[in-house]
Amino acid sequence: MRERPLSPHLFIYRFQYTMALSILHRISGVVLSVGLIPLAYWLTAVAAGPSAYDRAYSLLSSWPVKLLIGGCICAFSYHLVSGLRHLSWDTGMGFERAQARASARIAIVAAVLVALALLWLAFVPRGSAS
Amino acid sequence: MSLRTPLGRVLGLGSAKEGQSHWWGQRVSSVALVPLTLWFAISLSTLPALDYVNVSAWMSGTWTAVLLILFVLVVAHHSHAGLQVVIEDYLHGSLVKYASLLGLLFAHLLLAAASVFAVLRVAFGSVP
Repeated sequence: MRERPLSPHLFIYRFQYTMALSILHRISGVVLSVGLIPLAYWLTAVAAGPSAYDRAYSLLSSWPVKLLIGGCICAFSYHLVSGLRHLSWDTGMGFERAQARASARIAIVAAVLVALALLWLAFVPRGSAS
Repeated sequence: MSLRTPLGRVLGLGSAKEGQSHWWGQRVSSVALVPLTLWFAISLSTLPALDYVNVSAWMSGTWTAVLLILFVLVVAHHSHAGLQVVIEDYLHGSLVKYASLLGLLFAHLLLAAASVFAVLRVAFGSVP
């Protein structure tokens, strides 16, 4: 196979915080993909009946898995907001430097708010039930 | 010095057909996942508890089952499309790269099939 032309590599550019947001989108996506494993495990546990579900439930409520779920919630919040930012770029909007920096700041604030809301929904005890 | 034009030198070096369908599939699934993921999170949070009785009753609702199946299929597609690009970006050795791509695809198909089967089994009331 012939050598293909390559674009200049990442490290020749001066670091800017928009670059951190860009790589964070990819990292959060990878984290969410790992989260598919507990999701599939949880769904199949329901289908395997009550005793299997109880075993899965105690495993899923253990601290390491809770940390993974909390991490997935944070990753999801960022990936959602950042993904919407990417979709707006796909329409051709928001490429000016000032706009990209403004949308970066909005994305960080929005992601934190969404994460807090979802963490509250996931981990604050529900009503009277345990 | 080559007498070939710049265009002539790059023609045939990459795919000119498959890239856009991959790109488009990623965007379509991302748009679909905005309502699906939010529905999943909010719908789960309305359950009084995540014990077997509540969760299996929730999963056997018609709309819940349909949306869960859609969610699982679309999320598997989106996850596969995203990780595929990550592998293509960072892995360059042919054997390792193609083994990873195949493993990635098979793992996603397995997760998707197992999840869909699980939802259907609960929804049709055939849990052992």
